[in-house]
Formats: sequence, structure tokens, C-alpha cells
Amino acid sequence: MIKVTFVAHDGRKLRVEIGEGLTAREAALFNDVPGIDGDCGGQCACATCHVQVDPAWIDLVGRLADDSMEADLLQFAEGTTAESRLACQIRLDARLDGLVLHVPEQQY
Amino acid sequence: MTTLTISPDQDSAELSRFVAGIPLAEIDVSRPSLFQSDKIGAFFERLRREDPVHYCAESSYGPYWSITRYDDIMAVDTNHKVYSSEAKLGGIAIQDMHRDQSNLELEMFIAMDQPKHDAQRKAVTPAVAPSNLLLLEPVIRERAGAILDALPVGEEIDWVKCVSVELTTMTLATLFDFPWDERARLTRWSDVTTAIPGAGIVDSFEQRRAELIECAMYFKGLWDQRIDQPEGNDLISMMANSPATRDMPFLEFLGNLLLLIVGGNDTTRNSISGGVLALNRHPDQYDKLRRDPAVISSMVPEIIRWQTPLTHMRRTALEDSEIGGKRIAKGDKVVMWYLSGNRDETAIDRPEEFIIDRKNPRQHLSFGYGIHRCMGNRLAELQLRIIWEEIQKRFDFVEVVGEPERLLSNLVRGITRLPVKLHAH
Ligand code: FES
Repeated sequence: MIKVTFVAHDGRKLRVEIGEGLTAREAALFNDVPGIDGDCGGQCACATCHVQVDPAWIDLVGRLADDSMEADLLQFAEGTTAESRLACQIRLDARLDGLVLHVPEQQY
Repeated sequence: MTTLTISPDQDSAELSRFVAGIPLAEIDVSRPSLFQSDKIGAFFERLRREDPVHYCAESSYGPYWSITRYDDIMAVDTNHKVYSSEAKLGGIAIQDMHRDQSNLELEMFIAMDQPKHDAQRKAVTPAVAPSNLLLLEPVIRERAGAILDALPVGEEIDWVKCVSVELTTMTLATLFDFPWDERARLTRWSDVTTAIPGAGIVDSFEQRRAELIECAMYFKGLWDQRIDQPEGNDLISMMANSPATRDMPFLEFLGNLLLLIVGGNDTTRNSISGGVLALNRHPDQYDKLRRDPAVISSMVPEIIRWQTPLTHMRRTALEDSEIGGKRIAKGDKVVMWYLSGNRDETAIDRPEEFIIDRKNPRQHLSFGYGIHRCMGNRLAELQLRIIWEEIQKRFDFVEVVGEPERLLSNLVRGITRLPVKLHAH
């Protein structure tokens, strides 16, 4: 199991556990983390699973690739930062055990 | 071509038998009358089953492909590099945008590809961003309450006119900071934009053109007042002050305005009406709602799936490609039928049923997916949530007391009249 901590906009922390190989979107949805909707079912098509990766983790997770569908979608989201990613595109493996993700104030 | 005559009182088994008898190659789902009579579902059902990527060689709109399954629609919608929205290639509806002589050559960001699309869209998204919606919520709630409070209990009224049109027009006027007493003009311009001449709204393309120019001139006046003013948070000020949009050519200015007017008006209006109809057709669901108003948050996306206010979006293939095993040639017209995808049992559990507490209610196609996904989706949901919360506070039952009348259109799935009687708690 991989541990993931979601930090809400008001600073509240939600620690969840999820099987390896699933995505951060599933980690949020299966555990009712508020603020992550994931409307498209994880197809990288809706941008309603926006998270800001904690700066300490961003290099391990990987930065947003230019010219990707993910980048195309995120440009319309509110409150994006250099650490913004779509949760459905973050696959959780052993290296990411302990990952910290920040949930933006609101999603599109 | 076989002529289809479908009588309104035909029952569904009879209709299915009739549809099953048409040669596959002759099925043309673009006929507006099929939507007006609400018989289109039986046609989509057959296409999904027998020919989910279907070629229609002959129609009033020329040859086109119909994509009817959820997954195939998603594949087209997210592949914006191959499937173009560009107006000059035909745009985003089955009816080509720029090919009719007397039609205006409008430009709007929904009918553009990258990178221009991105820049223009970004200029207006702040108006419907979550932070702005938080400011709008109390205003919309107060208006929704006032609309409902003014309605007579126990008398037959037209829900479309008294509620759906009123609420969406008021919201739109707020977004544009449009002169309040003139807001009915917005409804008219919205109707005119999507109207087919002769179908009851305008008589000719010339009339349509004249009215749209009048619309543009009116907005030009507002624009001139607001340009270079310290930034307001209404849509006109935003467009007038963003580098991506402030120097737009006239037809681009008009096109983007109309996009926002139609996007904010026609669609939510029909979801507000559709919700009443769906609940009346599923009394067990209405009971569920009476028992637990908290279910409204999942009922809202279910209403939007159920109604599917825009039946389709269209793309044009920029290169040869393949969908569902079929070869799509460069230049082909590809129509994604959201209404069909939203009834696809391989993607949605019991899709024909209206289930207000279904699992994953937000996973519907009504807003589209990818870079052109509806930007007003949260505002649409907000209006629906508010109106239903306010209805539940006041009325035990919004009873449909007659048959709905529907719009003659293959694009907007519209309810034009819905007679109801209100029952107080
Ligand atoms: S769930 Fe839709 S983009 Fe991630």
C-alpha cells in the first residue's frame, strides 16, 4: 500500500492508503477527498482532478510535460502553480510512498 | 431514400420495429424532426448496436459520420490535433458554419483550433472561475427565490417561460453586466443564433443576419463604455481588456459574444425544464428527492446527462484516421452524438433510467471532453443546484400536466413549453 496525504486549502490533512499501480485520482475518489471530482474517469480529458504536488515531491512525480494534453487542459484551470498536475496522471508506485498533494481551493 | 413518417402516438415497440426495418445505409440521424418528436433515441440505439461509427452518404448537411458510443466519442473529443473545430472547415455543428452564402462568417473560440483557441478562451474563463461563482451564488439564489415566490400555486403555467428562461437570462445578464430591463434581448439573440430559418423563430437568413448585427451593435456600445475602464469582472470588461481579445475583428467579437450567450442560455434553460420532466416520469425518484434534498448534488449532473442539452458537436478530420475500425478520410465530417453516448449501456449503468443518486453521476458527455470542454459547466451546475434547493423549500410537487413541446433542432435539445401545476407543501 502507498500512503498519500492530501492537504486541503484550509490546511486540513487527509491521509489515505491505496494499492500500488493506481493513480492519485483513485486515491482521492476512493477516500472521498473533497475537491477532486475526476469527471472524465481518469482519461486526462476534463481537468477536474487538479492537484499541486508538494515541492518536495515534484521532481520524483515529474513535472508537467510541455505540449501534452495534460498541459493543454491545465492552462484553463484556476490557481495553477509550477507544481500543478492532474491527479489521474500520477501513477503511484513504491517510490511515491508518503506523497503529499495539495488540493486547490476549487476545481472546474 | 425512404420517407419516414412517424406519428407522435406511435409506441416504442412499434417504433423500434419501424427503425429496424430501415436499411442501415439510409439511416440519417440529422433530421431535426426526429428530435422534435423525441423519437431519435430508437435510431441511436440501433446505430450503437449495429454500426456505432456510421456513415451517412446523403443528408441535408452532406455526408457525415455518426459516432454514437461513449468511448469512441471520448476518443474523438480528446484528439483535437486530428479532429479540428476550425470554423473555416465547417466548425462545430453538423450544419457548416461558413458555407451558406447569406450566413455571417462568425468566428468564435469554440470553433478554433490551438493556439488561438487557448488564448481567447483563457481571456473569458475568469468570469466562470470558481472564485467568481462564489460571488455569484447569493445573487442567483435571491433571484431564483423571487421567481418562484411570484408563481401561482395550483394554476397551470408554462415552466419554460416562467422559470427556465427567466433564471438563465437573469444569470447571463449578471455575467455581462447587461442593462437589466433589456435582458429579454439576450434570450431573443440566443434563440436567433441557433435558429433554422422557417422553423418558427426567424423567417430567413437575412432576418437572422439583421438581428445578429443589431446584437453586435448593442454590445459594441457596452464594449466602448468599458474598454480602458479599471477591470470589471463582467465578461464584456474581461474581453475588452484582455490582450487576446481586445482587438478582435468585428465578426470574431460577435461570434464570441454569441457563443457565450448561447452557451449560457439555451443549455441550462433546457436542463432546468428537463429536470422537471424527468422527475415526473420517474415518481420514485421524486420521492427520493422529497425524502432527502441533499441528493440534489448528485441529481444535478444526472439531469444534465438525462437532458443532454446539446445533442452533438462536430469535428473535421485533418488527416486520414481510424475510429472503431472504420477509416475516416481527411476532410470528413465527424459528428459526436453526445445524446447517444449518454445512453450507452457499455459506459453508463442502466442509462435509460433517471437515477438521482447514481454512482459517478458526473461521468457524462454533455459538457464534452478535452480542450473544448464546456467552460461554463460549474455555472450550469450552480444554477441547477440553486433552483432545485429553492423549489424544494417551497413546493412539494411540480406536476407536469400536459405534453412537453420540443424544439425543431438537431443541435439544441430544447423544451419549448412545459405545462405544470405547482403544489405547495
Ligand atoms: S480525471 Fe479528468 S483529467 Fe483527470
